[in-house]
Amino acid sequence: MTADKGAVSTFESVEVNLKDRFIATVIAWVLPGAGHFYQGRHGKAILFMTCILGLFIFGMTTGGGKVVYASLNTEGRKLAMICQAGVGALVFPAWLQMVHVEILHKQEPLLQGFMAPPRNFNPSSRDELAEWHYDFHFKYEVGTLFTMIAGLLNILAVYDAAYGPVFVTPHSTKMEPSSDNDWLQEV
Amino acid sequence: MINSFLFANFLSLRLWYALPLVVAISLVYAATRHELMVPILQHAWRMAVGIVGFMSIVFVILFLLEWKFL
Repeated sequence: MTADKGAVSTFESVEVNLKDRFIATVIAWVLPGAGHFYQGRHGKAILFMTCILGLFIFGMTTGGGKVVYASLNTEGRKLAMICQAGVGALVFPAWLQMVHVEILHKQEPLLQGFMAPPRNFNPSSRDELAEWHYDFHFKYEVGTLFTMIAGLLNILAVYDAAYGPVFVTPHSTKMEPSSDNDWLQEV
Repeated sequence: MINSFLFANFLSLRLWYALPLVVAISLVYAATRHELMVPILQHAWRMAVGIVGFMSIVFVILFLLEWKFL
């Protein structure tokens, strides 16, 4: 008997050369899709790069470029920071700005304020975070969500670069004893 | 009277922001389950349909609740 044609997947007899897993994992995290390019899996590399970078850039654009920043002072920011960190090098400027502004206590951020945390920790200064929310309305939240999900999706891509795809077992294929009980028969 | 906040949201196209999310999540998740492109696209399509279907059911339930009780 044949397996159910509507099953999710069948086994794919594909040889996957993961090369050096450590290198693939690191560069897959640093730049989405780069680990798969290193492994020669170009189709999946383009897919991951397009989807994850596209989602991240779309989120950044939607939120006016203000949705990605790292801050130790802004309340409730840590979850977004952790999720966005999944996209690797794209958030390095945010970490640099956090060190520059909040740890080294420099007055002016680098890179003309690109990915800099909002300046709302000084009571005498204006509340930049509130201004961003006011300027972009719901798009600020949507942009933050998109960039967080892009980071989480890249974690899946990193896992795929490290260990290969998690093939889905066809659930409709079961082995049962045949009528004469001397061998297994596929049903 | 049908004067739904959900319906207004739909008309103002805010729900369209879900489209890139659905596409990206479906493709990336499917790509972690297969190696070849055809099974990836097939799995992604089924997953996208499932997500949209689930969202539609939730939308209808919320719409009916709002229409019935508000």
